[in-house]
Amino acid sequence: MLRLVINRLLLGAITVALASAIIFGAVEALPGDACVAVLQRDAVGQRLENCRRELGLDRPALTRYAHWAAGALRGDLGVSAGSGKPIATLLGERLRNTLLLAGCTLAVGIPLALLLGVLTGLRRDGLLDVVLSTGGILAMTVPEFVSATVLIFVFSIGLGWVPGIVLAAPGAPIGDFFPGIVLPVAVLTMVMTAHILRTVRSSIIEVMASDFVRMATLKGVRRARIVWRHALPSALLPAVNVIALTIAWLLGGVVVVEKVFNYPGLGRFMIDSITERDLPVVQALALLVASVYVTINLAADLLTLALDPRLRTHRGRG
Amino acid sequence: MSAALIDIADLSIGFTTRAGALAPVLRHIDLTVRSGETIGIVGESGSGKSTLALAAMGYLKPGLNMLGGTVRFAGQDMFAPGAIVPRIRGGRLALIPQNAGQALTPSMRIGAQIAEALRLHTSLPTAVHDARVIDLLARVRLAAPSELVARYPHELSGGQQQRVAIAMALAGEPEALLLDEPTTGLDVTTQAHVLELLRDLAADTGMAMVYVSHDLGAIARVCASIAVMYAGEIVAEGTARQVLRTPAHPYASGLIAAIPVLRAPRLPRPLEGRPPAPGAAGPGCAFAPRCALAEAACRTSPIGLVPAPGGGHVRCRRAEEAIHLPLRNEGPLRTPHDDNAATSLLRLDDITVRYARPSLWQQITGQHPSAPPVVDGIALDLRPGETIGLVGESGSGKSTILKTIAGLIAPLRGTTSLTGTTLAPRVAQRPVGALRSVQLIFQNPDESLNPRQTIATILAQPLSLYFGLTGAALQARAGELLAQVRLGPHYLERLPSQLSGGEKQRVAIARAFAADPDIVLCDEVTSALDVSVQAAVLALLDALRRARGTACLFVSHDLGVVRALADRVVVLYQGRICETGPAETVYTTPLHPYTEALLGAVLEPDPDYTPRLLAADVIEQGPPARGCPFQNRCHRRLGPECHTVTPPTQDLGDGHLVRCHIPFTRLTETAL
Repeated sequence: MLRLVINRLLLGAITVALASAIIFGAVEALPGDACVAVLQRDAVGQRLENCRRELGLDRPALTRYAHWAAGALRGDLGVSAGSGKPIATLLGERLRNTLLLAGCTLAVGIPLALLLGVLTGLRRDGLLDVVLSTGGILAMTVPEFVSATVLIFVFSIGLGWVPGIVLAAPGAPIGDFFPGIVLPVAVLTMVMTAHILRTVRSSIIEVMASDFVRMATLKGVRRARIVWRHALPSALLPAVNVIALTIAWLLGGVVVVEKVFNYPGLGRFMIDSITERDLPVVQALALLVASVYVTINLAADLLTLALDPRLRTHRGRG
Repeated sequence: MSAALIDIADLSIGFTTRAGALAPVLRHIDLTVRSGETIGIVGESGSGKSTLALAAMGYLKPGLNMLGGTVRFAGQDMFAPGAIVPRIRGGRLALIPQNAGQALTPSMRIGAQIAEALRLHTSLPTAVHDARVIDLLARVRLAAPSELVARYPHELSGGQQQRVAIAMALAGEPEALLLDEPTTGLDVTTQAHVLELLRDLAADTGMAMVYVSHDLGAIARVCASIAVMYAGEIVAEGTARQVLRTPAHPYASGLIAAIPVLRAPRLPRPLEGRPPAPGAAGPGCAFAPRCALAEAACRTSPIGLVPAPGGGHVRCRRAEEAIHLPLRNEGPLRTPHDDNAATSLLRLDDITVRYARPSLWQQITGQHPSAPPVVDGIALDLRPGETIGLVGESGSGKSTILKTIAGLIAPLRGTTSLTGTTLAPRVAQRPVGALRSVQLIFQNPDESLNPRQTIATILAQPLSLYFGLTGAALQARAGELLAQVRLGPHYLERLPSQLSGGEKQRVAIARAFAADPDIVLCDEVTSALDVSVQAAVLALLDALRRARGTACLFVSHDLGVVRALADRVVVLYQGRICETGPAETVYTTPLHPYTEALLGAVLEPDPDYTPRLLAADVIEQGPPARGCPFQNRCHRRLGPECHTVTPPTQDLGDGHLVRCHIPFTRLTETAL
C-alpha cells in the first residue's frame, strides 16, 4: 500500500518535470522571444539587448531551463516581461481568487451533484429523474456564456438581487468578492453538477442492480443503509475521476466565466498575458495548471484506493 | 407432522413481454417445506428455480410480477407490505447465494458484514458481536477466523467466500436456509468440503433447507427429497431415492442420463431440443416436443400432478412407461484410440510460463520476478486422431497451456512442435499452414463469436483465409459445415444473439472445423452449457473429430466429461503434471494422491454415493517454490522431501507416468 502511494507520487513528479520541459520547449520554439513579444516594434538594437540581458535571455536555452526549473522549485517564477513584477506575486493573487471561486463552486456543487445523482439513480425514470436528467443535459450543452448572460439578465438586471460583474481588484480582500461571486458560482455549478450527476446516476443504477445489493436486501438490511453502506462506496468510484477532472478544470482557470464576470482569476490572467504576449507569465501559468492537473489526479487515485479495497492489493497480472 | 415453515401455494410469477403478452416464469407452483426437511429443486437454466427460491423470501427480480398464489413463511405472507418481511429475511429465513464473490459487498470487511446480520437479527449486545463473528467463521470451518474478520471479500478464495456467506446466513440462527447454487463455480474438492459442511449443519441444527441447483450430484448429497422443475413447473417430486432411482418423468430420466459418469468411458445421452421460452408453452405438457413418449393428447390437454408409480408425484400421462426409460446412454463403450506406433503430431517440451512481468525496478537492475512459474516443465505428445484430456482445478494452468500452444502466450522456456517442426512462440510469427492446423474452441461462445457478425460471416473467415473460397463455393461450404453441426442453412443469416448457448457453441465448433484442422484445442467448451445441451455438444464434437481423424486436446475441470472423450489424461495441479497415462488406467487405478483426491471428490447423482474427501481443505496462494506442487494438501505426505525436492517421475509403462516421492509399488498397493 505504502509502496503504491510512493510509486504514484514519483510518477506525478516525473509527469510535472516532463510537462515543464515541454512547456519550456514550446515557448522556446515560438518565433521571437519574450522581449521581442513585449517590445514589439521597438525590439531592435540596444533596447532589445538590454531587455534580453535583464531577463537572462542571452544565455543558452539549457542553462535557462535549468535556472527556470530550479527557480520554480523554490517558488521563484521570474518576473513578468510586461509589468516587471515578480510572477509569483501576480500568480499568487490570481490563484487565491481562483481557489475562492472553485472552492465556493465545489462546496455547493459536489454535495448537490452527489445527492441528486443518488436520488435520480434510485428513482430511475421517476418524475424527479426525468426532470433532472433533462435539466442536466440542458445545463451541460448550453454554453457558459449563454447561461451567464441569462443569469445576469434575470438576477442582476431584472431582479437586481446580485451584481452582474465583479469589480474587486486582483489583490482585494476576500470580502470584496461577495456578493459578486454568486452568479459565476451559479453558472459553474450548473455545468459541473450536470456532469457529476449523470455519472453518479448511472453508476448507482448499476450498483443497485448488483448481486451484493440484492444479497443485502435479502439479508434484511434497510434500504437507506443499503444505499449508504453497501452501494455508495462502489457507486462513487466512477464519480471520483469525474470530480477530479472537474476540480482540475475549475482550478485551471475557467476562462469564459471569468471573462464574462470580469473575475480576476487565473483564466483571465492567462488570456490577458497571452494578448500581451507576456511569455514568462504564460510559461509559469502553464506549469501551474499542469501541476494542478497532476496533483488532482493523484488525489483522485488515492481516493479511489481508499474507496475500493480491491485495488489496494491488486498487483498487475499479465 | 409439524406445521409448514415455507408454504408456497399456486404461485405464478411472470413478466410482460414487449408485445404486451404475459410470460409466466413460474406456473402454479405448490411447495411445502417443514422444519428439518431438506428439499432439492433441480432444473436447467430458465426453469424458474432461482425465481422460486427468491420468491420464498418475498423477493422478485426487477421486471417480474406476481400473477397469483401465495408465499408464506411460518404463516406470514411474504409479499405483504410492511416491516415484518425484512425481519424474516436474513434472520429466520436466510439465503446462501450463488457466487458469494459477487454477493459480498466489496467495500466492507467480512467481519462487518457478518456483524451487520447479528445486529439486524439477534438481540446480542454489540460488545459480544466480534466474538460471535469469530465463532461463526470457525463454525463454517474456516482456518484462522480471527484474522479473516479484517479481510475484504476479494482477499479470500472462492471456497472461503462461500463459507463466509454461509456464516452470514447462520448469524441470525435461521429456521430455514435457501441455497441458490451454492457450490456452482467452486472446484470439485472445495465443493465436496462445502457440501459436507452443509450436510452436517442440516443434521446438527435441524434447519430446513431448500437447495436449488442444476447439479443432481450435489442435491443427492444434501437433500432428502427432490423436486424437478421444467419450464416453470414442478414436473416430478419425491424422495431423493424415488426421483433419482425410478424417475417417472421422461425429463427427469433424460437429465440423469445426460450426466457424464466416471465409471465407464461412454458419452452421456443428449436430450435434444430446448425448453420453451416463457409464455410459449402450449396447453399440454411443456416437455412434449422433446419427449420420446409424447403422443397427441400430451400436447393438447393440461397435465396434473399425479402419484408416480415409483412413489412421489409426477406430471406425466405416460409415467408407467417413463419409469422404464434408461438412465444412461446405452451405446457401446468407446474404445481408446491406441496407435503407439504413430509419430507425434503435437509435442510440448518443457513448456514453462510465468505471468508476472518484471517490475520497472527489476528491469533496470536485471533481476527476474521471484514468483515460481504458473506452468512448469509441461511435456506431452499428441498423436494423430488421439484425444488427450487435461484435467485440474482452477489455477492448474490447463488453459494457460492451451493458450501457449495456440501462440497467445509466449512461454518462458520450452518449445511447441507440430509434426516435428518447432513453432514460433507467438501466433503472429507462425506460417498460415500451422495456424490452420491448430484451432481453438473457447469456453464461452458469447464472447468468442463477434456479436455484430452473422453466422455466415463468422464461418466465411477461416474458409477464405485458409482455402481462398469465395462466392457460391464459400456459401455452399458454410452451409455444409452448419449441417455437420446439425443447424439448418437458415442460421447463416442470424446473429449470435439470436442463438441459444448450445447453438452458439455449435457454431464455434463449426468455425474451428472449417479450417480442417489436425488438432482442435478445446478450452472448457461445455462448462457454460446446461447438462442436457452439454451432452449433445460432446456427442457432436466426438463424432466430427472421429469422422475427420482430428486430434484433440480437451481441457476441463469436469472429470466426467473428460472420461467420456479422452484416450489419455494429464492431471495437472498448480501448473505441474502429477500423473499422466491412458484414461482407463488413470480413472480406474489413480496412483498420484491428487488424482485420487480429485476422483474421490466427484459426486454421483445417487443418494447412496459418498464422496471421499482426501485432499486437505487448504487454500493455495500459488505454486510452491520447491518440492511437490501438492505438498500442502496431500493426505499421503511422506516427509520433508515433499517440501524441498521435486518429485521424481516414475514410469509405469504404457505412457503411465506418476510424479510422486512415494514409490509406485506402494502407490499401487493402496489403489487396489
